[in-house]
Amino acid sequence: MTPARKRTVRLVVALSAAVILASALIYTSFSAASPALSPTQLVRQAQPGRSYQVTGTVARGSVHRAGEILHFSVQDRAGGTTIPLSYTGTVPDPFREGREVIVTVQKQGSAYVGERNSLITKCPSKYKTAPAGENQSS
Amino acid sequence: MNVVVFVLILALLAIVVAIVSAPLRRRPAVPEHDEQVPQAPLAADLAAAREAKYQEIRDAELDYRTGKLSREDYEAVDAGLRAEAIEILDRIERAEAEAGRSA
Amino acid sequence: MASLGFACLLLALGVCAYGIGASLYGVRSGRVEFSESGRRAVYALAAILTVAFAVLELAFLRSDFAFNTVADTSSRTTPGFYKAAAVWSSQEGSLLLWAWLLSLWSSLALFLTRKRMRDVAAYATAVLLGFGGFFVGLMIFYANPFATTHPAPAEGVGLDPLLRFPTMMIHPPMLYSGYTLCTIPFAFGVGALLARRVDADWIKAIRRFAFAAWLFLGVGILLGARWSYSELGWGGYWGWDAVENASLMPWLTGTAFLHSLMIQEKRGMLKVWNVSLVLATGTLAVMGTFLVRSGVLNSIHAFGGATLGVPFVTLIGILIAGSIYLVVSRRDMLRSEHRLDSLLSRESMFIANNLVLVGLCFVIFWGTYFPLISEALTGQESSVGPPWFDRYTVPLALVLVLLSGIGPVIAWRRATLANARRNFLAPLGAAATALVVLLAVGVDRKPFALAMFCCAAFVLGSVAQEFVRGTRVRRAIADESAPRALLALVRRNRRRYGGYVVHVGMAVLFIGVAASSSFQHASEPSLSPGQSTRVGAYTVRYVRPTASVTPQYDRAHTGSTLALGAEVDVTKNGRHVATLQPSEGFYASQDPTQGTVGSLIGGQPVSHVSMDGGVTRDVWSAIAPNIEAPALQRIIRAGNANLTGEATLVALGYLARVYLKSSPTAQFHFIVSPLVMWIWIGGLIVFGGGLIAVWPVPSTARRRVAARARARAERALARA
Repeated sequence: MTPARKRTVRLVVALSAAVILASALIYTSFSAASPALSPTQLVRQAQPGRSYQVTGTVARGSVHRAGEILHFSVQDRAGGTTIPLSYTGTVPDPFREGREVIVTVQKQGSAYVGERNSLITKCPSKYKTAPAGENQSS
Repeated sequence: MNVVVFVLILALLAIVVAIVSAPLRRRPAVPEHDEQVPQAPLAADLAAAREAKYQEIRDAELDYRTGKLSREDYEAVDAGLRAEAIEILDRIERAEAEAGRSA
Repeated sequence: MASLGFACLLLALGVCAYGIGASLYGVRSGRVEFSESGRRAVYALAAILTVAFAVLELAFLRSDFAFNTVADTSSRTTPGFYKAAAVWSSQEGSLLLWAWLLSLWSSLALFLTRKRMRDVAAYATAVLLGFGGFFVGLMIFYANPFATTHPAPAEGVGLDPLLRFPTMMIHPPMLYSGYTLCTIPFAFGVGALLARRVDADWIKAIRRFAFAAWLFLGVGILLGARWSYSELGWGGYWGWDAVENASLMPWLTGTAFLHSLMIQEKRGMLKVWNVSLVLATGTLAVMGTFLVRSGVLNSIHAFGGATLGVPFVTLIGILIAGSIYLVVSRRDMLRSEHRLDSLLSRESMFIANNLVLVGLCFVIFWGTYFPLISEALTGQESSVGPPWFDRYTVPLALVLVLLSGIGPVIAWRRATLANARRNFLAPLGAAATALVVLLAVGVDRKPFALAMFCCAAFVLGSVAQEFVRGTRVRRAIADESAPRALLALVRRNRRRYGGYVVHVGMAVLFIGVAASSSFQHASEPSLSPGQSTRVGAYTVRYVRPTASVTPQYDRAHTGSTLALGAEVDVTKNGRHVATLQPSEGFYASQDPTQGTVGSLIGGQPVSHVSMDGGVTRDVWSAIAPNIEAPALQRIIRAGNANLTGEATLVALGYLARVYLKSSPTAQFHFIVSPLVMWIWIGGLIVFGGGLIAVWPVPSTARRRVAARARARAERALARA
């Protein structure tokens, strides 16, 4: 084999390895991903045993604790569908009723169970923007 | 207050214009510089290549002494590197000679 | 003063536009005085932005709430230290910080290269001013830090309590320095391609800046991890969050570049690869800023509504398309001067390391941008979690650590198999010893952690062997004592031995990561005073509640109006280990609907973590006291109904007293993590090694070395 030919072979082997690895990566990312849904979409689409990422606000008066388990309900941003869920693990500091949260859940029976430590609180916009009327800039 | 701010802005503007325009105001010194410019890249390249080659020679020696290269390999590598270094030194000499002639 | 600040921005935009024009005209027409003037435009930009930044900083320190950003992110009750740091907590302020740091670092880079590579530097000047102009333009048209409101509000909202931690002062500037420094090699890379000067010279000119970018970014990332771990209430240091990933990606490609550039310097190989890495690093740095500033991906870092998507996407599009065009159109000049001599050589190890690093970067890129990718491809936004990242990054990290041990013992150009075998004896011995010891003490449940420990032992063995052999050689030549020989060895080969130290630091860091992630014990119990629970080998007991009222008594100095916490006793086998005092801080809000007392503590509550750090393990604790307890809520309601002004503080005092007496059941979070401290120690070692490698070599020493090498080459010439 000439050196040039050897190099070509080497290159082809390396490239095909890269392609195989990349396709594995891409394939698993699609199969392991959890779709981001609102509570309404979740109720419509959820299948048991698959993970979904729910985005919504924490319903007023729904938060209560039982030992290590935190129970709360997530509501569509615009109001409407509310789903109850039980969650274990770290609760971020900004978690409050009425705040927007993202949590990964699985459907178990008619209830939803949050994946451990998957709760993320979006920083409250209320905290950031000044009350209306203070926003005109000069 | 507004007057103070206005004066500050003007002062800043003046400073900026002074900094930026300085090279444009010193015209006479420039042409001399300009002639050297085409020469500079080659010399700088060669100097960089020479430094890199010296570093490589030293690295090979260290590799040999710390037992990473066998004696035969070291001698082959070292001879090759030295030949390359000499080639670069020759090219530098030639470039310098040319520069001397054209000056 | 706000108008002075805004005038500075307008002036800055003008200077950028002029500088781009002048340097491009200068290099195109060969009129050096114009490129010189363009370079000075960068200095002027630095001066202007320094004034602008000072104006804003002053407004924060003086609590000038006429400035909208001050009113939104600071307040009179915000402690002074955090007023100073609050500048970069807002969108507007962080853009200004970015532009300012960019102008400073660019000035330094262009000053140091002022006598070299005039054409490359002129193009680089234009590129850097382009970045500067982009960020200044963003501030002028989208996010003006000098916007004001009249009349000024009496009080500001205050700095987000989540940001009230000492690291706030240093983490963002470090990270932004890293990001902006990444654009300098980018600019010179573009310059070299445009000027068709893709030789060793430009690599040499930017080497130090690439290294500095790598160092700053690394320190910034590590400080962020440390912040997350020791201050935030979740107890982790890395969560594969989009913003964390965004900073890691340019660091990975930068690491790859620092290795492969040595091959180009020595052998004239990998030119396309190197210039692509440089361009990718710069682009990834801008994309990182975009991720934070656009709010396009869900992240715990997405503070505030960010709306800079469109301009950033445009810029990134230009960067990517331009980079590809430049590399493709200049590919003839980027041809290698040499070929690999042997697969068993340090060059090929570097190439392997580059492939792994870039692969790692690709994995992280795919995972981070997956929500966008999946939405574009399937119409359904989906995301991948930490387990997906771990599945790929853990094996790649193992290979990487292993390679960092193999590289040092393999010679440049070609290694002899017999020698290599002998050189691997000690490192393999170290790895085998580690394996036997670990299995003997019963660490056998986590194969990946075990593999990581062995790989790290391999690295430590190989680097130790390198130092010992090098010192021995040096002693044989110079007849010096061992410590002096070691010092001289390192001083004469800074990059080589500095790099080895970095490898040691990374190995130590990965030991910490593997141990703490695999052998952690966590528990989230609800406890009342007197109750206890077990966490790993430790027993923790809730001794008694603690409370403090008003900002001046806040033990964490973050300006909380109320802090409720607990004293926790940690014991192991009946012996006292530590007393921890976790608490939760409550902050004032500006929301009048919460009532006079309620609004005093109606802001966002923040955990104050308390931990006992140690060489072998950290005991970490956080508490979420039950502020919703009826006894406490009754006081707040009564206060809201009856009290105003100063008297509301009395209600808080009473509330604290009731909390201390009735002490409702509190939610705790305990973590016992082994070897976490070694992550930070490893980081310090990396930092130290980086400093050794990047420290400027005194010019006389360099000259002496060069003279000696030349003499030797000439001797060889005589022999030939």
